[in-house]
Amino acid sequence: MKKDLLGIADLSREEIYLVLETAEAMREVGRRPIKKVPTLRGKTVVNLFYEPSTRTRTSFEIAEKRLSADTLNVAVAASSVLKGETLVDTARNIEAMSPDMIVLRHASSGACHLLSRICKSRIINAGDGMHEHPTQALLDAFTIKEHKKTIEGLKVAIVGDLLHSRVLRSNVLLLTKLGADVWVCGPPTLVPPGIECLGVHVTTSVEEAVAEADVIMMLRIQQERMQGAFFPSLREYFNVFGMTAARVSRAKPDVIIMHPGPMNRGVEIASDVADGPYSVILEQVANGVAVRMAVLYLLAGGVEDESAS
Amino acid sequence: MNRLLKGGRLVDPANGRDGVFDVLIEDGRIARVGRDLVANGATVVGIPAGFVVCPGLIDMHVHLREPGQEHKETVATGTAAAVAGGFTAVACMPNTSPVNDNAGVTAYVLGKAAEANLARVYPIGAVSRGQGGEQLADIAELKNAGCVAITDDGRPVATALLMRRALEYASMFDIPVIEHCEEQSLKGDGVAHEGYQASSLGLRGIPGEAESIMALRDISLSSLTGGAVHIAHMSARQTLEAVRFGKAHGARVTCEVTPHHFVLTDEMLGTPVPYDTNTKMNPPLRETADRDAMLQGLADGSIDVIATDHAPHHYDEKLVEFDYAPFGITGLETAVSLCFDRLVHPGVISLSRLIELLSMNPARILRVPGGSLTEGSPADVTILAPDLQVTVSAERMRSKSKNSPFIGWSLRGGVAATIVGGRIVYVNPDTKISL
Repeated sequence: MKKDLLGIADLSREEIYLVLETAEAMREVGRRPIKKVPTLRGKTVVNLFYEPSTRTRTSFEIAEKRLSADTLNVAVAASSVLKGETLVDTARNIEAMSPDMIVLRHASSGACHLLSRICKSRIINAGDGMHEHPTQALLDAFTIKEHKKTIEGLKVAIVGDLLHSRVLRSNVLLLTKLGADVWVCGPPTLVPPGIECLGVHVTTSVEEAVAEADVIMMLRIQQERMQGAFFPSLREYFNVFGMTAARVSRAKPDVIIMHPGPMNRGVEIASDVADGPYSVILEQVANGVAVRMAVLYLLAGGVEDESAS
Repeated sequence: MNRLLKGGRLVDPANGRDGVFDVLIEDGRIARVGRDLVANGATVVGIPAGFVVCPGLIDMHVHLREPGQEHKETVATGTAAAVAGGFTAVACMPNTSPVNDNAGVTAYVLGKAAEANLARVYPIGAVSRGQGGEQLADIAELKNAGCVAITDDGRPVATALLMRRALEYASMFDIPVIEHCEEQSLKGDGVAHEGYQASSLGLRGIPGEAESIMALRDISLSSLTGGAVHIAHMSARQTLEAVRFGKAHGARVTCEVTPHHFVLTDEMLGTPVPYDTNTKMNPPLRETADRDAMLQGLADGSIDVIATDHAPHHYDEKLVEFDYAPFGITGLETAVSLCFDRLVHPGVISLSRLIELLSMNPARILRVPGGSLTEGSPADVTILAPDLQVTVSAERMRSKSKNSPFIGWSLRGGVAATIVGGRIVYVNPDTKISL
């Protein structure tokens, strides 16, 4: 593994498989009565979150604690970003206290690359703007692999706000690296220009996207997108793109339905689908802890390797 | 001190000269141009073989940042950068703090230029009061104080009506309206060219049409009013098409391109340094087809001017998240080397055409002296070293800011010396010229 985990773009197939295999072992820790191993004892991990996040921050924190790392959370209100201390100064101050890793969530694409250039600590991208969310894609892959054994050759349909989604970018990079047949679907106003260059099929027909799909992955629709005239109303969005039981029935009988959360019930996904038998949404959350433990462990292992050499 | 520049290739497209000529400079003016001139008491300066003597270069689009943003640049540091880049004159944009929308600010800038006493400075006034896009600035006052054009650069002239009035009103003084073309609702909060690179990096995009739509508006209004419009820092192939359309239909439209838009593409956003804020400028670096269109437009004569859009920013301002970084890069000290390396040496354009783009045409568009080595005109002369190997170095830059994506680049071609009004204001220590 490289010094930092900035995105799936930097990972090889082998590294992705290494994370997924390591996560298998890590998941076992979470099933013990005493859910703690001493692996990262004496390591300090700072969770630096510039965006509100419940799921991702909690998941990282639990992962860090299960590995016995010393963790602390720094939440910076988005409103204070422009008038307050710069990201670089904040990071330098944190660095002065010698942490081993910084987990960064930030609203601006490339923020982790900026930290990576100025920090000695290892940087883990917990979501940067519209760019990448690599641990989400890794936990999605882990979840898919658990159900389907392999990712190669699967038809994966990703439906929703493609334009603003870092989950989309990381998943497309990962799934195409592992040989999946990826279909992306959303209103043309929310399709990033040139996305087909990433080796995916692009369609505005949700029926075509989900037909015979092995995996359906929903992306969150943010209500404020209506102000940008991306689509007329939530009602119309649901009518055209919402994942209903009827649409799911076009997929393979053993399809799994995924969502990175938080869900908008009745907007991108019908409640009966979200809560239905195909849904693996809560498994994704559970697997998130194991995958993040694996990432933390592998990056920390790199630290030891370097000091040994 | 009078000087006779002896030998060297003289390139003066305004007078149709390209060959070995001597230039006699007396009392700050070009006294004579000809073969085998006698010194007549002047100091003889031998121009080394291979060097080029040309009319002083004019950069018609720079931000000197003074008054108000002296931490980025001052008139003194900006004009020091200008002469080191071979420019004997620069036209400076009005988006200072306060805005150059009145004679007081114009006089302040000119006063600072006189103090620095390096390159000539031609202030450009605002179209609208405070560049607010509502009420016209006092354009007669600006013109009388020394402004050579008007613009709301940094943003477009806000409405079609205001642009119409500006073109009509400015035509009475025979000054052009320089337009920063950008349809602002299409630009939105974009930070990079809309396309694959921005999509994969998760950066909000700005389509080329945000520029061309505004250019088409302004070209139409130029036809309506008969006023002269100059399209600044053109970046999109669609805009170039719009300009060609306008020219073919007799509109009084001219246009400029920056070196970074004919050298770089949006691939720089991701490599070699991902999210390097020195690749963030407005208009953004566009895709290969746009860059190639700019080269074509330079070659076929559609483009009138190369200007740098020199936009200095303090390193603190650039050492932030890509979204939050200000747009712009410096350009004065890299332009000539980029032009030689990417235009002249590969054969895209001739040296004579380069001098049209960097000197003759800016003088013509702004109706300022210079742009030629005509006898009797002020002795603004640039001496170029076409084969000089240049490594762009932040340490050597005279601009107060070093926000350039070209630092570390090796380029063939540079500036040997710069002469303003017969006075030597810059000599490149890397060249073996002795003045």
